[in-house]
Amino acid sequence: MNKLVFLGIIIVSFFAILAIFAPLIAPYDPGQIDIENVLTSPSKDHIFGTDSLGRDLFSRMVYGTRISLLVGLIAVGISAIIGILLGSIAGYYGRWVDVVIMRFVDIMLCFPTFFLILAVIALLEPSIINIMVIIGVTSWMGVARLIRAEILSLKERDFIYAERAIGASDARIISRHLIPNAIAPVLVSITLGIAAAILVESSLSFLGIGVQPPTPSWGNILSEGKSVMGAAWWMLLFPGMAIFVTVMGYNLLGEGLREKFLKT
Amino acid sequence: MIKYIIRRLIGLIPLLLGITVITFAVIHLAPGSPTDLEEQFNPKVSLEVRQRIAHLYGLDKPLHVQYTDWLGRLLRLDFGISFVDSRPVIEKIGERIPITLGINLASIILILLIGIPIGVSSAVKEGAFYDRFMTVFVFIGFAMPTFWLSLILMDLIGVRWGLLPISGIKSLEFDKFSFFEKIIDIARHLTLPIFVSAFGGLAGISRYMRSNMVHVLKQDYIRTARAKGLKEKDVIYKHALKNALLPVVTILGLSIPGLIGGSVIFESIFSIPGMGRLFYESVMARDYPVIMGGLVITAILTLLGNLLADVSYAAVDPRIKLE
Amino acid sequence: MFVPLLLLAAGPHYGDAIVVGSIGEPRSLVPILASDSASGAICGLVFNGLIKYDKDLNLVGDLAETWEVSEDGLEITFYLRKGVRWHDGKPFTSKDVEFTYKSLIDPNVRTAYAGDFQMVERLEIIDDYTLKVFYKEPFSPGLSSWGMNMMPKHLLEGEDLNTTGFNRSPIGTGPYKFEVWKTGEKVELLSNHDYFEGRPCIDRYIYRIIPDQATLFLELRAEGVDYISLTPLQFKRQTESRFFKDNFQKFNFPSFGYTYLGYNLKDPKFRDIKVRQAINYAVNKEEIIRGVLLGMGRVSTGPFIPESWAYNNEVRAAEYDPGKARLLLKEAGWSDTDGDGILEKDGVRFSFTIITNLGNNQRKLTAEILQKRLKEVGIDVKIKIIEWSTFVSEFIDKRRFDAVLLGWGLSLEPDMYDIWYSAKTKEGEFNFVGYSNQEVDKLLLEGRRTFAQEERAGIYRRIHEILYEEQPYLFLYVPDALPIIHGRFKGIEVGPGGIGHNFIKWHVPEGEQRYTR
Repeated sequence: MNKLVFLGIIIVSFFAILAIFAPLIAPYDPGQIDIENVLTSPSKDHIFGTDSLGRDLFSRMVYGTRISLLVGLIAVGISAIIGILLGSIAGYYGRWVDVVIMRFVDIMLCFPTFFLILAVIALLEPSIINIMVIIGVTSWMGVARLIRAEILSLKERDFIYAERAIGASDARIISRHLIPNAIAPVLVSITLGIAAAILVESSLSFLGIGVQPPTPSWGNILSEGKSVMGAAWWMLLFPGMAIFVTVMGYNLLGEGLREKFLKT
Repeated sequence: MIKYIIRRLIGLIPLLLGITVITFAVIHLAPGSPTDLEEQFNPKVSLEVRQRIAHLYGLDKPLHVQYTDWLGRLLRLDFGISFVDSRPVIEKIGERIPITLGINLASIILILLIGIPIGVSSAVKEGAFYDRFMTVFVFIGFAMPTFWLSLILMDLIGVRWGLLPISGIKSLEFDKFSFFEKIIDIARHLTLPIFVSAFGGLAGISRYMRSNMVHVLKQDYIRTARAKGLKEKDVIYKHALKNALLPVVTILGLSIPGLIGGSVIFESIFSIPGMGRLFYESVMARDYPVIMGGLVITAILTLLGNLLADVSYAAVDPRIKLE
Repeated sequence: MFVPLLLLAAGPHYGDAIVVGSIGEPRSLVPILASDSASGAICGLVFNGLIKYDKDLNLVGDLAETWEVSEDGLEITFYLRKGVRWHDGKPFTSKDVEFTYKSLIDPNVRTAYAGDFQMVERLEIIDDYTLKVFYKEPFSPGLSSWGMNMMPKHLLEGEDLNTTGFNRSPIGTGPYKFEVWKTGEKVELLSNHDYFEGRPCIDRYIYRIIPDQATLFLELRAEGVDYISLTPLQFKRQTESRFFKDNFQKFNFPSFGYTYLGYNLKDPKFRDIKVRQAINYAVNKEEIIRGVLLGMGRVSTGPFIPESWAYNNEVRAAEYDPGKARLLLKEAGWSDTDGDGILEKDGVRFSFTIITNLGNNQRKLTAEILQKRLKEVGIDVKIKIIEWSTFVSEFIDKRRFDAVLLGWGLSLEPDMYDIWYSAKTKEGEFNFVGYSNQEVDKLLLEGRRTFAQEERAGIYRRIHEILYEEQPYLFLYVPDALPIIHGRFKGIEVGPGGIGHNFIKWHVPEGEQRYTR
């Protein structure tokens, strides 16, 4: 297992570096149209080949990393915040607050997430911000349940009673003591959540309802690859590989974290 | 048992209401949304569309009246008329749902048939090469973007090797086929979509199965069984498996929305006339009544699916005393 | 000795089916309502007009056997073919022509083609097979306007054409009879054995709807469709293999139409002619033709096809000159006051959305090139892609757009009244950009009144000149038509008007037929 987690860390770091240093790594301007070189196969000038408008695929892929990671991190960040908030309130206060919040969770879990996201995007029109927020707002349920479960068990512990005894406020107890101790399984969820968010964003972009041109996203590059299927294998291979490897990386990391936390 | 079912059904009502509330909230994103095409210089036009949506959902009335109206119409299964071809929404959705459900059902069966054995054998051989290999294998399935897999398979199997059809659920000459030929034709068309749908879901079930099995195998009663000298095969299959299997039933319920949602991608790619593709087409056509109807109906289906899963769980697990 | 005689005696081969693949679905099969290409394709086979164009683009009779035009051009007498029957067996007569005419001018019918028929003063039935059309004033497009498909009075009289079920179950006089329409799937037609020009050789016509260019092409490769329009990429790079050369035949000829970016002229940004001219200079059309069409097309400078006698060869396309574009924009009052690279004026950012239809990759790529080039002169462009029928009914018909990227299919008749006349702006009509120019209006009317081709040419060339100057559209390109058809179909001939003129003669030798059940 250790080896796989290590692999996960390497993959995640690799793409993070790609994203952060994109302008330095990308050899061309990702938006640079070059009509003379439409759909050329990989060569020494363009190591991943070029797309339908002659733009360098490698550069577009590198910048696409930024989109994937940005969406992944922010969407998951939003879902984590919502999830932690609702989950801890439900777990701590219990009784009807708990029931209401958990019912809400159950209701949200009934909707096919992708449908819900598509519906909201159709109404609000696609943009990167909308996508991040919507993915975040529709994937907090797992985190909420986890936090709630942890807090339910933690809140009966001695050190919590001690805090109450000295008159600490609820907010303080929740934020300073309960959440930090409950956080472990949530980290796993967050890591896996990033992978899921990246898949959702690329699916949306693939369908044409995600990241809009000219901004490159692995998903919308794949969509173009579909239009030219059979004529330009590089348009299908590279973006698909990129999504696949990144998602694998986060999954491995997440699984590794899960194993680690389970043992402790 | 009956009492349990009735209890659960009653418990569904607040959930159903909740679904309608959420969908109702989503609808309200529509008119006020800052669409790019808001015509400041041609107010008559955007006004007309607004009026249409407003009329459809009674948005000019106070909120609670709107909601009760909306609810009333839902109960009468009146989801409105499609903006695209003016057919009743319920009709459009109704003709597509069976296909998606059919594919998903076949998918689930496949996932169970393959995923459970993988999970069990991985647990039994915990830590061995086989276990690690299987882990990686199902991870690949989980990480693989469905649209990528669909495209690759479509190109390879459908076009280059010409083994299976690449779009639709039936051939052009379907009406002329004999009954048997019709079945084969549909099966051939659905092979790739079902495979793609199932491949992604393998990871969930098999991992869950595996960890349950591992957990169960460490239990005292298993040790006792072994100590008693029972054959290993019996230990695994008669005692451990049954107990590890139960929670899997609940997982099934949870994966339903995922399967329905995931159908958007492969149904679009393989041109399958199912619910997922209808949803996608409606989104691309901004056909709001169909979009809303789709949300409510699929959510309700998921709810029913969960109920089914819970009831089966209760029926199967002797420990659950139905209070 | 007998064998060669037998071969000679064998008539045309009947049988088989042709599967035509399309990304668009028809919207209505009521011929006078069918304004999109998908509906038009089906109606063209199910119905006939009084006249039509032959292979060399001469006007010949269709349902009319002969006709006479009076000296002053105010009267046309049509002598209709006798013995023509509707697909339900009833005879076609002059009453059907009268009925079609009345429907066209009926203000309650949402047809875009009323314009030509409103010029008719009255229509007089002489007998079942003879009728006279009287025009209010000389109307040169008159004769060719009777290419309009004729509708059956006995089935449609009293019906509301806008909502009649006939639109999904048409009955015509044409070479093919309507059989079935499965929404989202196909429209199927069967050959009309009693067709007055003779039984079509191909027994069945199946119009298969596959709303995605890539899947459509894959279906072609898998031989699931027989006839599609190729994209330039598919034409150049994906159909050169042994397989394609052996099994398919492809054609390349200029298409009858042009692609353009139409501005919503009610939008204050686009009302200023300098802005539109600036955009013309900011966009490099050659680049689009080379990059998107892979060279298979020509620059368009106006609303006619370059081969047309009405085309003004003097009108030169604007050079690609972003510097000039920026200057014009500045003169129009746009400047980048906050340094973000996008121009503003009176607090409004110069940002607009181009909408185009789903399923056409060339349009999407063209839009992206437009986006890029306009960004370089400080204009922010967003792209929105909408499914075709909604695109037409909700966005174009209802004028809910900033700019549309679209194309026109044209006929040989250069009269563009329906598209450019200032009053043609009702919902569903073709002047959806809202263009209004008095001189053009006058010229359009004059062009319709003049019969002498020389004179007409002069008029239309002037219109061409004005339109290019005023830029109500950003004229982009005339693409090549790139049809590909399965090799088993014989008898296809390319004429100046394309390959459709002798469709009923296309046939498949018996041994090669595929659809035989």
